[in-house]
Amino acid sequence: MELALWTYEGPPHVGAMRIATSMRDVHYVIHAPQGDTYADLLFTMIERHKRRPPVTYTTFQARDLGGDTADLLKRTIAEAYERYKPNALMVGESCTAELIQDQPGSLARGMNIPVPVVPLELPSYSKKENWGASESLYYLVRHVLAAVPEGDRVEPRNQAPDETSSRRPLANVLGPTSLGFRCRDDAVEICKLLEDLGVEVNLVAPLDATTADLKRIPAADFNICLYPEIARTLCKWLEKTCGQPTINTVPIGVGATLAFIAEIEALTGIDGSVMKNAGLSRLPWYSRSVDSTYLTGKRVCIFGDGTHVIAAARIARDELGFEVVGLGTFSREMARDLKAVAAEFGIEPLITDDYLDIEAAIAELQPELVLGTQMERHMAKRLGIPCAVISSPVHVQDFPARYSPQMGFEGANVIFDTWVHPLTMGLEEHLLHMFRDDFEFNDSAAPSHLHGEGVAPPVSDTHASIPAGENAIAFTAEAAANSASAGAASAGAATARAATVGAATVGAGPDAHDPVEVLTRWNGDAEAELKKIPFFVRGKARRNTEAYARELGQSEITIDTLYEAKAHYGR
Amino acid sequence: MNAPALCDIPVTIERGQREVFCGLTGIVWLHRKMQDAFFLVVGSRTCAHLLQSAAGVMIFSEPRFATAIMQEKDLAGLANANEELDRIVHRLLDRRPDIKTLFLVGSCPSEVIKLDLGKAAERLSLTHQGRVRVLNYTGSGIETTFTEGEDTCLEAMVQAAPETEAAQLLVVGTLPDVVEDQFQRLLDDAGISEAAGQVVFFPPRRAETLPAIGPNTRFMLVQPFLNATRRALLGKGCQHIPALFPFGVNGTTAWLNAAAEACGVDSKRVDAACAAPAARASKALAHYRDTLGGKRIWFMPDSQLEIPLARFLEQECGARLLEIGVPYLDRQTLGAELACLPDNSGIVEGQDVDRQLDRLREANPDLVVCGLGLANPLEAEGYCSKWSIELVFSPIHGFEQAGDLAELFARPLRRKSRLTV
Repeated sequence: MELALWTYEGPPHVGAMRIATSMRDVHYVIHAPQGDTYADLLFTMIERHKRRPPVTYTTFQARDLGGDTADLLKRTIAEAYERYKPNALMVGESCTAELIQDQPGSLARGMNIPVPVVPLELPSYSKKENWGASESLYYLVRHVLAAVPEGDRVEPRNQAPDETSSRRPLANVLGPTSLGFRCRDDAVEICKLLEDLGVEVNLVAPLDATTADLKRIPAADFNICLYPEIARTLCKWLEKTCGQPTINTVPIGVGATLAFIAEIEALTGIDGSVMKNAGLSRLPWYSRSVDSTYLTGKRVCIFGDGTHVIAAARIARDELGFEVVGLGTFSREMARDLKAVAAEFGIEPLITDDYLDIEAAIAELQPELVLGTQMERHMAKRLGIPCAVISSPVHVQDFPARYSPQMGFEGANVIFDTWVHPLTMGLEEHLLHMFRDDFEFNDSAAPSHLHGEGVAPPVSDTHASIPAGENAIAFTAEAAANSASAGAASAGAATARAATVGAATVGAGPDAHDPVEVLTRWNGDAEAELKKIPFFVRGKARRNTEAYARELGQSEITIDTLYEAKAHYGR
Repeated sequence: MNAPALCDIPVTIERGQREVFCGLTGIVWLHRKMQDAFFLVVGSRTCAHLLQSAAGVMIFSEPRFATAIMQEKDLAGLANANEELDRIVHRLLDRRPDIKTLFLVGSCPSEVIKLDLGKAAERLSLTHQGRVRVLNYTGSGIETTFTEGEDTCLEAMVQAAPETEAAQLLVVGTLPDVVEDQFQRLLDDAGISEAAGQVVFFPPRRAETLPAIGPNTRFMLVQPFLNATRRALLGKGCQHIPALFPFGVNGTTAWLNAAAEACGVDSKRVDAACAAPAARASKALAHYRDTLGGKRIWFMPDSQLEIPLARFLEQECGARLLEIGVPYLDRQTLGAELACLPDNSGIVEGQDVDRQLDRLREANPDLVVCGLGLANPLEAEGYCSKWSIELVFSPIHGFEQAGDLAELFARPLRRKSRLTV
C-alpha cells in the first residue's frame, strides 16, 4: 500500500476517458461501481466542457454483485451503442471491476457491434492516468486502422516528398488531449506554425479528431509527438508499421521551437529559415531588456509532468537566466528522459508522486520561484514562495478563456509573462531596495500588481520574536509549531525537515536539539545588519552566511561573518 | 413515539446508470466537522482521485484525510494487505500525534476483496490503546451513495458510544457550528433543553468526546440521509422523535414543535421562542417569491436532501415540482416529509441518467438541481442549474438560513436573467 494525500494522476481508466472525451465520435463503456462517475466532473467542471464525457458506466452496486454483473455489462454496452451510435466503442473497467473479472473487452467483442470495439486492459493497481491515456490512444488507433477494409486502406507514403514536386510534406500532430495542460491552444499554435513552415497537417489527434481522421494516419509523411506521455507509444508503433518517422522535439520555449523547426527541416528538406527568425517571439528581447536583469540567477524549483519539466528547465536556464536548483517529475515513464536532462544541470532529479517529499524538497531548497502543478502552487503558497503553473494536474483557472499556448513562439511569450508575473518586477525591486524604510515599501508590502498573493508572508510580531524569524524559514517553523501545538497540520516530512533547517539557527522550535548540527547563532549586531538587507535577498544572505559559518566551524555570526560570506559567495 | 403512517405517495422506481458520488465524499465535510479525527480510506487510486476532485479547491495542503492505495501485491493475499495497512497506520500516527480518532474507511475494492476493516480497527485500537481510537465504516460506492457515507460513519460512532442512563436530546447529523449554536439557543429558549435533560449534538465537534447514549436518550434527525444511524440508535434503546427536517420556516417550526411535544413542553413556549426568528425568516423568504414563485423545478438524484428541499421550495417559495429524483427512499425517515408533498411531485427512486435527461428535455424545467458532472452540459443546452453539492456544504438549516437557502436556488435564475451575452 501507498499512503497518498493528493495524487498527481488519476487511475488509468481516467486516462482512457481523456482519450474518449478528446475524440468526437468515440464512446467508452466502463464497468465500474456507483461513484466512479465522479470523473465526469473533471471534464465538465475543470475544463468547462459543454457536453458530458462520452462515457457510460455500469454503476453496479452490492446487490448486483450477487447476481450477474456480466449480464449488466452486456446490457449497458448494447444500450450505450444504440443510444450514442459511436464510430468506435472503447470498453474497459475501473479498479473494482478489475477484481470481479468479467472481462469486459472480450464480452464486448463477442457482441457483434458493427463498429470497431477497443478492449482496454488497464491495470489499476500498478498503472496511472497518463499511461492509461497512452495505451488507450494506441489501441484505439490500432483497432480503427485494423477495421478499415483492405481495399480502402490509405497506403503509407514512406518517402520524403520530391522537392521539385508541389506537394507539401504531410504531418500528423499526435498527443493533445482533453485535460492536458494548454493542449487546446498548443494544437492551434503548432498547426499555425506548421502551416507557415509549409507543412500540411494531416490531422491532430486525439483532440477533436474523428475515427475518420484516424483512418488517414498512414497517409502522412511523419508524426509529431507533441506530448510523449500520451503519444510516444503510438508514434513508435507507427514508425514500425507505417514507416513514419517521429519528430520528438517538444516545441516549448524559443530554443526548443527552433530545434523543432530544424528537426522538421532535416527530415523533409524544406527550408524553414523564415521561421527561424527569433523576432517571431518577444521573449528574447524581453529577456535581454534591462528590466529583466533582476531575473538573473533567480533560484527555481521545477516539478510536473516530464514534458513540461524538461522544457521548463531549459527555458529557465537558457532563456530567462534563472538558476535551476530543483527538478522533478511524477511521470515514471519520463524518468529516464528527465534524468538525462538533470545530469546536464548537475541536479539529482526527484522522481516521485509523494506530495510530502516534494514539499520537503522545496522547503529545503528555498527557491525564489516554483514552477509546478496545482499541488506545487499550494505548497508554494504555504511556504510564501512565488509560483507559476506549468503542468497538469491543474484547476479551473488554468483553462483560461484567452488564447494562451505554451508551444511555439507565442507560447514562449505566454511563458515569459506567466513566469515573471509572480515575481517582484525589476524596477519595483530596485525601488524597494532604495526606499525600504518608506512605509509603503516595507518588507511586508506585496508586489503592487499581486494584491498580496504569492509573496513572502508578512513578518509578524511573533515571527520577529524568533531570532531567525523571517520569510520562508519562519513560516515553516511556524507551521511546524502549529502542527505540534494546535494539531492543525501534521509535522509532515516537509515541516519536520524545514523545522530542523530553522532550528539549526533558531535554537528553538520543536526539533531544536539536533545533535549533529552545529548551532550557529547570530549576534545582535549581525542580526540587525541582516535586517538592513532587502527582504527578497535576505533569506539567501542568511542561508549563505550560516553555511559559511558552519563551514568554518564558527558558532557565532558577527557582522564580519556576514560580509565575508557575501564576498565568498558573490553573485 | 409511534412511527407515522407510511405515506402512499406514488413513487417510480428506475434502474440504470447512476450519476452520483459514492459515500467517500462525506469525508470532505466530516473531517471539517471533527477536527481531531483523521479519515484513512483503504482503497485505490480512484478513491484518492475522487476525494481530491470532490474536495474541489485544494485548500488544505495537509488534509486530515488520506488514501492507503492498494497495489498489486496487496491483492495477492489478505495477510499482506493487513500487514501493509498496519504499517501505513503506524507511519501515519507517528507523523500525526494530533490524531485522536482514526476512521478506517472501506471502499469498493476493499469490500470486494473482503478486507475486514472491523478486525483491523480492533487490532489497531489495541496496538495504539489510550492514544487513538480506531473506528471503521464503509464509504464504498457499491454500498453507499454520497451522503450515505455520513450515515455509515455516524452509525459506527453510535456503535462505539459509551452508555448512559441520563436523559438527553441528541440532535443527529452534521451541521455547521454556527447552525448548531442557533439550534442550541432555540432549544434553550423554548425550554426544550431543560425538559429534555440536556441537548447534545452528534457528531461532536471533537470525535474524542463521543457522547454517551442509552434508553433515556431521545433523538431527532437534522439530515434526511441517516437511516442506518437511526436504526443503530433505536437498537441502543434510544427513542426517535420523527419530524419534518428543519429547512425553511415550516420545517424548523415543525421540528421544534415535535421536540417540544416529545419532551412535554408547552407549545406556547415554542411559539414564543420561534416568533422573532420565524418572522425574520419569512421576511427574508419574501424577497425570493418573485424569483422562485411558479418556477418549475427538477431534482436529479444526488444528496438525498431532495425531498425536504422540494417541500421547502413548493410550500415556502411557491415553486412547482416536475420531478424529484432520489438515489434511494427510506419511507420511515422521510415519512413526514412525503406527506407534505403534492401527489404529482414525480418522485423517482434510483436512476437511469440517460432516460432521466430525455424526460428532463421533454419537460423543459426552469431550474435543475443536479450534480457537478451534469451542471455545465445542461447549462450549455440552455437550462438553468443549481449544483447540489453546495447544498451539502453550505449552512442551510434553520430560520436564520431560510433566506440563504432560497438564495441558492434563486441566484442561477437571477444570473440567467441578467446576462445578455
